[in-house]
Amino acid sequence: MKEKRSFKRKLIMLERIFKAGAVNFIRNITLSIAATAVMVVTLTIVLFSVIANATFNYTIQQITDRIDISVYLKDNVTEDQRENLISKLKDVDNVREVTYVSKQQALENYQKDNQDNLDLLLAISQTDNPLPATIQVKPKDPGRIDEIRNVLETTEAKALQSDETSYSGDRKEAIDKITNATAFFRKAVVIGIVLFAVISMLIIFNTIQMAIFNRRDELTIMRLLGASNVYIKGPFIVETMLYGVVSAVISLSLCNALFVVQAQAFDASSLGLLDIKYANQYFSDNFLIFLGMQLLAGIAIGAISSLIATARYLKVKPTRRRIG
Amino acid sequence: MILLDRVSKTYPRRSGAALQRISLHVEPKEFVIVVGPSGAGKSTLLKLLTREEKPTSGKIIIGGIDYERLKDKDIPKLRRRIGVVFQDFKLLPNKTVFENVAFALEVVGASKREIQNTVPKVLNIVGLKGKEKNYPRELSGGERQRVAIARAVIRQPKILIADEPTGNLDPKHAWDVIRVLEKINKYGTTVLLTTHNQEIVNKLKRRVVTIKDGQIVSDKANAEYEL
Repeated sequence: MKEKRSFKRKLIMLERIFKAGAVNFIRNITLSIAATAVMVVTLTIVLFSVIANATFNYTIQQITDRIDISVYLKDNVTEDQRENLISKLKDVDNVREVTYVSKQQALENYQKDNQDNLDLLLAISQTDNPLPATIQVKPKDPGRIDEIRNVLETTEAKALQSDETSYSGDRKEAIDKITNATAFFRKAVVIGIVLFAVISMLIIFNTIQMAIFNRRDELTIMRLLGASNVYIKGPFIVETMLYGVVSAVISLSLCNALFVVQAQAFDASSLGLLDIKYANQYFSDNFLIFLGMQLLAGIAIGAISSLIATARYLKVKPTRRRIG
Repeated sequence: MILLDRVSKTYPRRSGAALQRISLHVEPKEFVIVVGPSGAGKSTLLKLLTREEKPTSGKIIIGGIDYERLKDKDIPKLRRRIGVVFQDFKLLPNKTVFENVAFALEVVGASKREIQNTVPKVLNIVGLKGKEKNYPRELSGGERQRVAIARAVIRQPKILIADEPTGNLDPKHAWDVIRVLEKINKYGTTVLLTTHNQEIVNKLKRRVVTIKDGQIVSDKANAEYEL
C-alpha cells in the first residue's frame, strides 16, 4: 500500500517536473530561441557532414571500382607460368580481384568496343592478333598499390611481360586528389562540429545560468521546503532537452526542404565530387536513423550543459562556507 | 526533540567562533525562545538545525535523526520534517496565497486532491480564510507572515523554527503572528522562536535561551528578556 502510494507520488513529481520544464521553456522564450537556433546550426552541420562523408565515400568507391592494373603477357608465356603469377597476385593482401583475359578474348573485346569503326577493325585481323593476353588486377585500396607493384617488378615476373604494366596513372592521380580532399574535409568537419557543439553548450549553459538566477528566490524556497534535488534540477534539464528536440526537428525539416528544392533545381545532377542524387537517396533512405541521431545529439548536448550548470549553480549540499 | 551536544561552528576567514560548545535540549511540544544581540550566533544555530550549515564539531540530533549519519541526499527528507519561517517571509510574489501554501505540498509530490483538501484547513488555522486568491503584495506584513507559517506547518512538522518572524512587523501584527505560533504549539508542534522583541518575550512567559558571543549565557523557564 505504502509502495503504491510512493509510486504514485513519483509519477506526480515526474509530471510536475516535465510541466515545469515546458513552462520554463515558454517563459524564457527569447533565451530558448537563441539556444535552439545555435543548436539547429550545430545539428545541421553534423547532419550535412555525415551525408557529405557518405557521398564522398560513394564517389571514391565508384572510381575505385573502375581502377585496375593491366599486366600484359608475352605470347610465349606458358599456362603454368601464367597461373603461377596469378596465384602470387592473389596472395597479395591488397588484391580484390584478378581476372585473366586471353588473347582471343582481348580481340573479341576490341572488336566489340570498336564495332562502329571499320578502320580500326580492319587494322587488326583474326589471323595476326597483336593484342597481348592480359591479367587484370583490381586493388582493394588504390593508395596501397605498391604492394601489387612489388610482385610485378620482380625479374621473374618482368620476364613474362611484354609491355610496361599499366597502373591507370591518370585515374590514380584523380583518386589521390579525392582522397586528400576527403581527408581534409573530414578534419574540417570534426573541428566544425566540436566548435559549434562547444558554442551551443556555452550558450545553453549561459541560458540555464540566467534561468537559475532569475528564479533563485523560488529555488531557495524549494530547497528549504525540502524539495529533492531531482525536483529542483529536473525542470532545467527538461527545458534544455526540449531545446534538443525542437532543434533536431527544425534541422531535419530544413535539410529535407533543402533536398526537395535542390533536387528540382539541379534535376538530380552531379556537382563535382558530390553526387547529389546519391546524397538525396542516402538522406531519404536513412531518414529515421538521422532523426534518431539528431534527437540523441540534441538531447545529449542540452542535458550535458544543463547538468553542468545545475551542478555548479544549484548546490543543495550544506556548505561549511557562508554564502552571501 | 532537539539535542545539541557541545556544538561549535567556526567560519573560515572570520576570527572567533560563531558558536562555541553549545549544548541545548528541547523537549517535544516545548515552546522555546532564543534571544541575543545581532551576531550572537542565533542565525547560525538555526542554520545548523535546518542543515544549511554543518557544525565544525559536536553532535546534533533532531527528532531521532543523528546529523552525523545524515547523507546529503537525505537532507530534503529532513527539511520536510522541519517547518521554517523567516523574517522576510520568503513568499513567491507571482503565486497566490493558496499557491504559495500549496507549493510546500507540490514539491513532495502530493496529489491535487490532497492539496485541495489540506490548504484551506491550514489557512483557516492561521486566520486567512477568504484570502486564498490574494497575492502577497495585497496583504499586510502580518498576513504575509501567517501565509509563511501556513506553508511551514502544512506538512505537519514536528518542529517549527521561526527566525525573527516579527522582525518586520508592527506590534499589532507581531502579536497576530505570535498567537498563531502559540496555537500551533498547542496542537503539539515544538516551536523554536528567535526574537529581538523584549515585550513579546516578557509577555509570553516561556523558556528563554540567551545567546551572547556564540555561547549560551542563560537558559531559564518562564523567563523574561535580559541582556
